[in-house]
Amino acid sequence: MKWVDYASPHSVREAVDLLAERGDDARMLAGGTDILVLLRGGLPAKLVVDVKDIPELNEITYDPTAGLTLGAAVPCYRVYGNAAVSNAYPGLIDAASLIGGTQIQGRASIGGNLCNAAPSGDSIPVLIALEAKANIAGPQGTRQVAVEDFCTAPRQTVLKRGEIVTSIHLPPPAPRTGARYLRFIPRNEMDIAVAGVGVSVALDNGSFSAARIALASVAPTPLFVTEAGEALVGQPVNDASVQKAAEIARDAARPITDMRGTIEYRKHLCEVLTRRALNTAIERAKEG
Amino acid sequence: MPGKTHVQTIINGEHVDFLCEPRQSLLECLRDIIGLTGSKEGCNDGNCGACTVEMDGRIVTSCLVLGVEAEGSEIGTIEGVASGSTLHPIQQAFLEGAALQCGICTPGFIVASKSLLEQNPNPTEHEIRFWLANNLCRCTGYDKIIRAVQEAAGRMQEATV
Repeated sequence: MKWVDYASPHSVREAVDLLAERGDDARMLAGGTDILVLLRGGLPAKLVVDVKDIPELNEITYDPTAGLTLGAAVPCYRVYGNAAVSNAYPGLIDAASLIGGTQIQGRASIGGNLCNAAPSGDSIPVLIALEAKANIAGPQGTRQVAVEDFCTAPRQTVLKRGEIVTSIHLPPPAPRTGARYLRFIPRNEMDIAVAGVGVSVALDNGSFSAARIALASVAPTPLFVTEAGEALVGQPVNDASVQKAAEIARDAARPITDMRGTIEYRKHLCEVLTRRALNTAIERAKEG
Repeated sequence: MPGKTHVQTIINGEHVDFLCEPRQSLLECLRDIIGLTGSKEGCNDGNCGACTVEMDGRIVTSCLVLGVEAEGSEIGTIEGVASGSTLHPIQQAFLEGAALQCGICTPGFIVASKSLLEQNPNPTEHEIRFWLANNLCRCTGYDKIIRAVQEAAGRMQEATV
């Protein structure tokens, strides 16, 4: 890695001022598990801004009526180590507990996974399914962006100069809702999704009252397939309705062929994973 | 060009101050500045786990931590695992079970296994394999390593009965 300077601001204001002043010369560091690899690979930067000393980026706040506010720098192990969050958002825990391995989960954050904006980011589809919003602070004040609108291209986001994600907000889980994230990799751990699917469902008297489905690794950004979720609304909970949604997700996928899989293979995976993820989400909704 | 940064840590229970460049990883600081060369550099991108250390009670790959990020932290490295000349039960089990060949991955495996057994004294094979998924070994295959961790877990439990 070339020479960089290092700053560890203690407030959001201080971080925003630094990032606004330095622009593309500055790179943000939370867990560091992506950015340090990129910097060693030649990503230009003159300043690394470590945001882990900012208290609000390290907080987990959960309230059954207000939902979850997850500080952007909270490492994955603290997410799945939090009993209230684990009980309320098992779909989020699916993702937090399979990003990298044990050591990576000791550093890597959900906020960082989102800001890294990889098409394969494991936490992003389930955040979309759970209607998560990114809380952003910048020189002009604060704003909120739905996670499905956050990534704009591989490693590109809606963040403007000086802006940082301070936290991610998830609405409280309603009764009889469930979510699930599933990915396919050719081994059991430590790999990048060939395809990934995040889903959420809400049930009412044996039918779907709402559903959201999002895909990873099959488009330049995580892909929110609104029509797949909408196709479930009002339908009875059965194999036929689930299969229909899975086929819509498959048809919406726009993957490329690369070393991890072909277009055909990835589209097939989207169908299978959507079906399986929906079935688990339905089970979770029945329990909840 | 910015100067070096003064970093204060506790490493294996002792206060250790060092000066480093902000771009240097904690692994580089441990090996090249402090002289603790037990932690190894394999991939230098977080995949292989040979540089695993404990940081504030949680294992991390020290190649993906900057030295400056360690300010105020408690670090545990492979050098702190044995008590004087008495090996830790995990080290003893690795030796007896021949759970190593070239040895480059071994410090990382032992630091990671120790952390597992402190949290979960009686893990299943499945739990051991998933906990150690961030540690790669290119010599032994993993069976001897897993068996050594199971053996150590058994002995440590017997010792506490």
